[in-house]
Amino acid sequence: MNAPEELLVCRELTRQFGGVVALSGLNLEVRRGELLGLIGPNGSGKTTFFNVVTGLFPPSRGEILFAGAPLARATPQRIHRAGITRTFQRSRLCLELSIFDNLAIGAHQRLDHRIWVNVLRRRALAREADATAAAATELLEIFDPPLARRLFEPMTAAAMIDRRRVEICRALMSRPRLLLLDEPSAGMTAEETTRLMDDILEVRRRFGDLTIILIEHEMSVIQRVTDRCIVLNYGKKLCEGTFAEVSSNAEVRRAYLGLA
Amino acid sequence: MRSPGAGRRVLSAAVLAALAALLLYGFLAAESETTVGLILLGAVVAVAVGLRTGVLDRLLRAAGTPTMLGSLGLAALALVGVFHDDPFVLLLMARALLVLVACLGLHVQLADAGVPNFAGAAFFGVGGYTAAVLGRGALPHPLVLLASGAVAAAVGSLLLLPLLRTRGHYAALITIAFGLLFRTFLEVNDALGGPQGLKLGGLRILGWSFNDDRQLLGVDVSGYAFYCLAAVGLALAAVWLVRRVERSWIGIALDAVRLDETAAACFGISIGRWKIAAFTLGNAIIGVAGGLSAMMVGFIAPNNFTFQESLVLVSVLLLGGLGNLAGLAVAALIVVWLPEKLQPIQEYRYLLFSVLVVLVLVLRPTGLVRRTLRRPFGSVAA
Repeated sequence: MNAPEELLVCRELTRQFGGVVALSGLNLEVRRGELLGLIGPNGSGKTTFFNVVTGLFPPSRGEILFAGAPLARATPQRIHRAGITRTFQRSRLCLELSIFDNLAIGAHQRLDHRIWVNVLRRRALAREADATAAAATELLEIFDPPLARRLFEPMTAAAMIDRRRVEICRALMSRPRLLLLDEPSAGMTAEETTRLMDDILEVRRRFGDLTIILIEHEMSVIQRVTDRCIVLNYGKKLCEGTFAEVSSNAEVRRAYLGLA
Repeated sequence: MRSPGAGRRVLSAAVLAALAALLLYGFLAAESETTVGLILLGAVVAVAVGLRTGVLDRLLRAAGTPTMLGSLGLAALALVGVFHDDPFVLLLMARALLVLVACLGLHVQLADAGVPNFAGAAFFGVGGYTAAVLGRGALPHPLVLLASGAVAAAVGSLLLLPLLRTRGHYAALITIAFGLLFRTFLEVNDALGGPQGLKLGGLRILGWSFNDDRQLLGVDVSGYAFYCLAAVGLALAAVWLVRRVERSWIGIALDAVRLDETAAACFGISIGRWKIAAFTLGNAIIGVAGGLSAMMVGFIAPNNFTFQESLVLVSVLLLGGLGNLAGLAVAALIVVWLPEKLQPIQEYRYLLFSVLVVLVLVLRPTGLVRRTLRRPFGSVAA
């Protein structure tokens, strides 16, 4: 069995789309509490890896162990309940709803959905709503205190950076053990990215045992925040190690960084 | 959030409800088509002015939904009182209310959970036939109405398996197929009267027959007035239930399922469970409305529950604005009353609705009234 410090273990993970092999016998381990950078050229299988781990696409072959339990063919719902949440490369917030509603979606599994409680026991429901709003405010405040005061405003009124923040907070509402961040810096300025990453580090500091896998194209971000990196190419692991080790690897420089 | 005093709240609601009642009274009492046309024109202008100047919005906000609902209920009672001996107008009012209730069921399905249902009339019919069969027995009629809802929900569960495996147009097609099957089933089923249909005895609660005209305080009151009151009660109850469901975690879960199934699944929301819940609740509401409607009309036949009637119900939703209950009520009134009061268009009513729906979808895709943000339901906001 795997060593206890490994939270997520993937063995020979393979995902094919017709003739295209998006993940090809991928072996990787994610250690408890680390911030792992997942890098690689476009189409190297990073997002597919997230989709397979979160159960959106079941793997064609291979196994996934999360905290020792097999998750390879579980539904997205079960995987979420086990403690894995994610953000999406292209924002998937519900724009018709309020910021609070979006965050409540993230807290779904902790909320009481029994029909008689929701329809008849309005006082208990209001208490739960207050507690959820307090938790949401607390999270948003880490990222941006002014945003936290706009909890009941429509999602559409929020700027791009705020939407990103809400999306990350939505994933954090369930107090996950493993957070998958799919290119959180996409479409943002360098300063915005720096601030967002600092906030994510702050979240990790406060949450204690939060493990994060970060897909990111911005190498300065990877260099600054990750403990360890894994480089993918053609759905395979090219190499792994600290950013310094990875970036000096000759194969990586050839395949990805475009350097001779 | 500012919270206006009780006085201002009641006054605002009373003004709006009185204006609405006046408008509806004028419309219902009008004899000639010219008068009806003028009243409609006046209403459109008044609403447009109210919207432009923001007066309507301010009054609505000052009134608050519970007070507004109560005032509208009182306005409906007043209208029933005014037309207490006019069976035609009373029947018209009750029908609009029951169509509204049925559309509330569709609203839970389509506007909340995103599950299309083009067999609304069929589920309305299931409720009606249940009332026809059970109403003859010893079961008290309030329970018969509940049974109408339960049977409609149970019959709807036959569709769950295919509905959960499809979405969008394909799910819509399944409900269309069911609607057609339902009608054919009725036509060949002699136990349910075949194409001739069934007669019903009318609603009776604690020995009080709703079918009989009565003298109350020396005033002749048509039996339909009592059906109207029952319909007002049912409509208010349905609005109350649907609003509570929407302003709760359930409403948020349904929205998540409708807006993005993939994201919802990644946050642990069981897509199937919520679609089942919404479809079942919606059909139950439609079934109760169908049961009361059948008892009121006293006769049901397969021809009352055609695909066309289902389309009319869906068009009420699109017309009013998917996701908005106020718009739904206005649209139900337009769809049920307009053809009755403007006899020349009676023949062309399906044509008229189709054109109206197309126009609304082209010119104002959100419908007459836009979907609004869910109001917070925490104790601070409540």
